Amino acid sequence: MDLVQIENLSKRFTPKGSPALNKINISIPTGKIIGLVGPDGAGKTTLIRLMAGLLLPTEGMISIDNRDTVKDAQFISFLTGYMPQKFGQYEDITVMQNLELYADLMGLPKEEKSEKFKTLLKFTGLEPFTKRITGALSGGMKQKLGLACSLIRKPTLLLLDEPSVGVDPISRRELWKMIHELLEEGITVVWSTAYLDEAERCHEVLLMNEGEVLFYGDPKQLTKKLDHRVFITKNVEVNARHKFMEMMQKEGIKDGSIQGKSIRVVIKENFNSQDLDEQLEPTEARFEDAFIDKISEHPPKPSRLAEIRPKIASDSKSVILAKNLTKKFGSFVAVNDISCEVKGGEIFGLLGPNGAGKSTTFKMLCGLLNPTEGDAFVKGVDLQSAPAEARQHIGYMAQKFSLYGNLSVKQNLEFFAGCYNLVNEEKKTAIETMIEIFSLEPYLNTSTDQLPLGFKQRLSLACATMHQPEIIFLDEPTSGVDPVTRREFWSHINGLVEKGVTIMITTHFMDEAQYCDRIALVYKGKIIQMDSPDNLKEGVRSEENQSPSLEDAFIHLIEEYDAKASK
Amino acid sequence: MPKQVNEEFDIKKGRFIRLRALVKKETFQIIRDPSTLLISIVLPFFLLFIYAYGVSLDLNHLRMGLVVEDNPATVESLIESFANSTYFDVKIVQSREEILPDITSGAVRGFAVIPSYFSKFEKNPYKIPPIQVIADGSEPNTANFVLNYSKGAVQKWLEQRSISSARSFVPPIEVSQRVWYNEQVESRYFLLSGSLAIIMTLIGTLLTALVVAREWERGTMEVLMSTTAQINELVLGKLIPYFILGMISMLLCIALSVWGYGLPLRGSLWLLCLVSGVFLIAALGLGLMISTFARNQLLAYQISMIVGFLPSYILSGFLFEIPSMPLWVQWITYLLPARYFVQCLQTLFLVGNVWSLIFFNMVPMLLMGIIFFSITAFKTVKRLD
Repeated sequence: MDLVQIENLSKRFTPKGSPALNKINISIPTGKIIGLVGPDGAGKTTLIRLMAGLLLPTEGMISIDNRDTVKDAQFISFLTGYMPQKFGQYEDITVMQNLELYADLMGLPKEEKSEKFKTLLKFTGLEPFTKRITGALSGGMKQKLGLACSLIRKPTLLLLDEPSVGVDPISRRELWKMIHELLEEGITVVWSTAYLDEAERCHEVLLMNEGEVLFYGDPKQLTKKLDHRVFITKNVEVNARHKFMEMMQKEGIKDGSIQGKSIRVVIKENFNSQDLDEQLEPTEARFEDAFIDKISEHPPKPSRLAEIRPKIASDSKSVILAKNLTKKFGSFVAVNDISCEVKGGEIFGLLGPNGAGKSTTFKMLCGLLNPTEGDAFVKGVDLQSAPAEARQHIGYMAQKFSLYGNLSVKQNLEFFAGCYNLVNEEKKTAIETMIEIFSLEPYLNTSTDQLPLGFKQRLSLACATMHQPEIIFLDEPTSGVDPVTRREFWSHINGLVEKGVTIMITTHFMDEAQYCDRIALVYKGKIIQMDSPDNLKEGVRSEENQSPSLEDAFIHLIEEYDAKASK
Repeated sequence: MPKQVNEEFDIKKGRFIRLRALVKKETFQIIRDPSTLLISIVLPFFLLFIYAYGVSLDLNHLRMGLVVEDNPATVESLIESFANSTYFDVKIVQSREEILPDITSGAVRGFAVIPSYFSKFEKNPYKIPPIQVIADGSEPNTANFVLNYSKGAVQKWLEQRSISSARSFVPPIEVSQRVWYNEQVESRYFLLSGSLAIIMTLIGTLLTALVVAREWERGTMEVLMSTTAQINELVLGKLIPYFILGMISMLLCIALSVWGYGLPLRGSLWLLCLVSGVFLIAALGLGLMISTFARNQLLAYQISMIVGFLPSYILSGFLFEIPSMPLWVQWITYLLPARYFVQCLQTLFLVGNVWSLIFFNMVPMLLMGIIFFSITAFKTVKRLD
């Protein structure tokens, strides 16, 4: 008997609008982990909330352990552990006070409390932080506390809504390990995620798009369909980005990605790889390939955003220069003596765990924070002495969506055009071009809060680039964004770089880090390693791990640093 | 395993534990959150201070001009009558031209003119000596004071003159005045007692609406709803701590008013606490009701200002007397819990325990509290949509 039965389930938020969920019929077996994936607006959060009994179905029903989520709402809250996308614990009380609260709310008997807290704290590694104010925890630790609270009374069904968004690879691995221990105890887990490598490791995957189920079953089954359709270039390319963009426009290509100096492609069904006239060798298919194959038709077209840009004359001078940057907040040293140099037309990535000092470094480099010590230069201009002049060359896209939510798309564009001193004809052309490039026409009068996430992200990029900056700062630009939108985003970025634009980016997606020319790994306020992705991977190759991934390199380097520090 | 869970599950069992946990959590948050303490302790003290010292509806030392066109020596006693009055700060000039710039700039609120022919007329039994009083009408209330106080000053002069002069002027009737309950007719007492109602509205309605909206905003409400806590527990969990906080703040305010600002407390403290408790329940009910509609703090703030604070401020009879309002506005005041509370407060502080009045004012407050809570209970479901 399956644990969860979903029958003919539909959910509409407005009577006339398109349904958020449309006639879903699935059942979820006991003791399994189900990966819930799909692009933004697919209905993942709605489905999870419906299962938690927090929303009322418009049609159809859900039963968990033969209990209806509507009629037996009270019992459902007892059966399920739920962790929402947004951190839901109280930030202004301590970790222990949060645990106590949820223990009492879930009716954990008094005599079991201390034992349970001990187990959970050990399990989540939060033991040293029980007295800490929750708001002062790092992103990864907050997620672990959220998980601990949802596990306080061993649930039958655990519902996790994108628990790994904005969490660094190390914390993500730990979360994943924790979930697997829970599976061994017989708990059923529904895990919604934007990371397809996580979905790949689930027992079953529920792939959704626009409120409908596209696939439900073993991810391997889906991936298997792509056997013999995935290839990687044999030759090491001199300019992989150039080659990649060229290949993406060839007929028969479904999808592709840059892997350091080589290129990985997925060809269309019934297409012969010989016809591509390239030196290719077959490679293993991944779930992400299958996902893209299911959801999108073509690789993104060449970026119009890049097309309209004149080529920036390349000079080998450094475009961004950081000299011994240090930032202290009170007695806390967030960034400790960081120096780096970025050349024109380069993609430079800052990677590192949550709370390592990436964002602080980033903000100093684009003039949003003044360093305590050291200097930062953009195109040779000191950010401290002439910030306005330096900022003319900079486009900035913030981690959080930071446009004006209650202004319309058009108003936002006009506002930012004004901010960048664009006037009259220049302003008009810039705005019209952005509308055309990002297909914003149908949404011009929609307030930005109402936009689908993908369009919000497009608009953010439009606002950051409309004054044609030579340097673009991107702070986790794709956090929570689905793979299809991310591909479109990167086609713009690659195109711009080809034209000589310089990119500085932070990200938690390792596949995106592969697009970088060089990566600085930031940890504990320092750059602990700076190299190209290929070299980073090469550096951790070992007997056991013949072809390490970038994530392996990331984790290895940090563990190595910790080991050295403890000596 | 599911069966085992089934047996354990009894929603009624953990009710008290859940409620206690929610109250405890709220208390931690109140202690840790500076803005809550600011609204509940600092702001009331600040308001009381303003009402005690800053705001006064009585006017003393009204700046006034006196144009003496007549020979000052002959009208000396009249001039003194103005100059010695505690109501006026008099500026004496010789001609109208001199005082005109002052009244234009607002340096004086009005002026009286003793014309050049005043003493001549006074001696002539067939003429009545005139005095002209000009007041600055841009502030009607002050203008009225200028006119009335001037009349009073002249009246006083007339009486004194009749006593001192040979001509005996005996007024046929003497009105002897006495004011009860607020003997010195100090508006401060009246304002202080009324302002407690404003302060309670602030804590009860504004603070409660804000803290619930904050839970929605931060996403903590979503997790609370996914736990076994029931909706009435969530509501009570908010109500209890803020009721206690409101009562503490009330007691502090009473102490400050009585000991600090000399406000008499003629009724019993217990009755005062009872009335405050009843009002606080209505105010909290309104706050909770607002929070079921407004799920972000800005909106909650605006609604509670418009629905709670402003009407209590203007229409409760605390600043402006209700009987002098237009009839339809008077009807509206019956819908405000603060109206009844202000009546009770002013009675309890300045008059004493007038049971019938207190009782009839308490009933509507209680009713409104019940209505607000019923609406809240009816509108709130343990779901997100």
